[in-house]
Amino acid sequence: MADHAGQAADDATARPVRDGLALGLAVGTSGLAFGAAAVGSGLTVAQACALSLLAYTGASQFALIGAIAAGGGLLAGSASAILLGSRNSLYGLRLASLLRVRGLGRLLAAHGVTDESTAVALAQPGAASARAGFRATFASLYVTWNLATAAGAVGAGRLGSPQSLGLDVVAPAAFLALIWPRLRAGPAERGVGLLGAAIALAATPFCPPGVPVILAAAAALAGALAGRPAGGAAAGGHAPGGQAPGEQAPGEQAPGEQEGESP
Amino acid sequence: MLATAAGCYALKLAGLTVPQRLLAHPVTRRFAELVPVALLAALTAAQTFASGQSLYADPSRLAGMGAAVVTLLARAPFLVVVVAAAATAAALRALGAG
Repeated sequence: MADHAGQAADDATARPVRDGLALGLAVGTSGLAFGAAAVGSGLTVAQACALSLLAYTGASQFALIGAIAAGGGLLAGSASAILLGSRNSLYGLRLASLLRVRGLGRLLAAHGVTDESTAVALAQPGAASARAGFRATFASLYVTWNLATAAGAVGAGRLGSPQSLGLDVVAPAAFLALIWPRLRAGPAERGVGLLGAAIALAATPFCPPGVPVILAAAAALAGALAGRPAGGAAAGGHAPGGQAPGEQAPGEQAPGEQEGESP
Repeated sequence: MLATAAGCYALKLAGLTVPQRLLAHPVTRRFAELVPVALLAALTAAQTFASGQSLYADPSRLAGMGAAVVTLLARAPFLVVVVAAAATAAALRALGAG
């Protein structure tokens, strides 16, 4: 339509906005599953909605209701939920230089840091498109996730008992779907996953519900200390301009073809 | 619950606030990458094979998780995986399985 320069600028932000809106819509609908599972584990509709509005971290929310459903204490449930949310800190570290937000803007942006918004932002070639992608994903996912949570919570209560609807399988199936792309990423991830699962099951008879999952974090520590990639991969990590957004994008966005792991 | 929300938010804000230097340490970075894998795998295992403090696998739940694996192998989207798992368990229970 307009001259070339104008069109180029439009393209630079139009694509990340489109990607972000689409991803937010697609992923946000899984709030249906969360709302249904939350009610299934004994939460009220209001409690389920409050979690989605305020915690706004899918995996952590599932972890909390999972611990509640298993009869675990709120403390253990919260601890594993928060531990699970710790990856958002890492995302923030990588986003800070791209978003360059200050003051109130930073307080708002922090709430929007999720797997999805980070994946979209880091997949963009420049800071402007990264910001556009982050905002679009945040807005679309936040609205969709919360509406879907409410719909799932209200709907599940009307349809029948949680067991007869298979709602007890929703959370573990969701967890498996969430780690699936990471398990495909490499043998180190698979090893850590298996070790984590083994630790949790081995500790189950001896600990209150919720605690075994926290103990499983030790598998990540073991993986970080043992399976450290030798030198090469970290070489690009120093670019002062916060460039190199492509490497190790934390979502499913990455094509997952990392052959060049020569020692 | 409010504590969980506050904690999750604090962690997100911390990431945007903390100096970039921390990121440089490869072990810290690798650990933070692997934590979700370990915890989600543990949660998957615990909710599939345990109820309370005893190890026990409900047959309908196992079948539901089997459906999840099959749909994941077929690269189905998230919601399809979850619905397939729940529907499988629900159908088996409706047919009178455990």
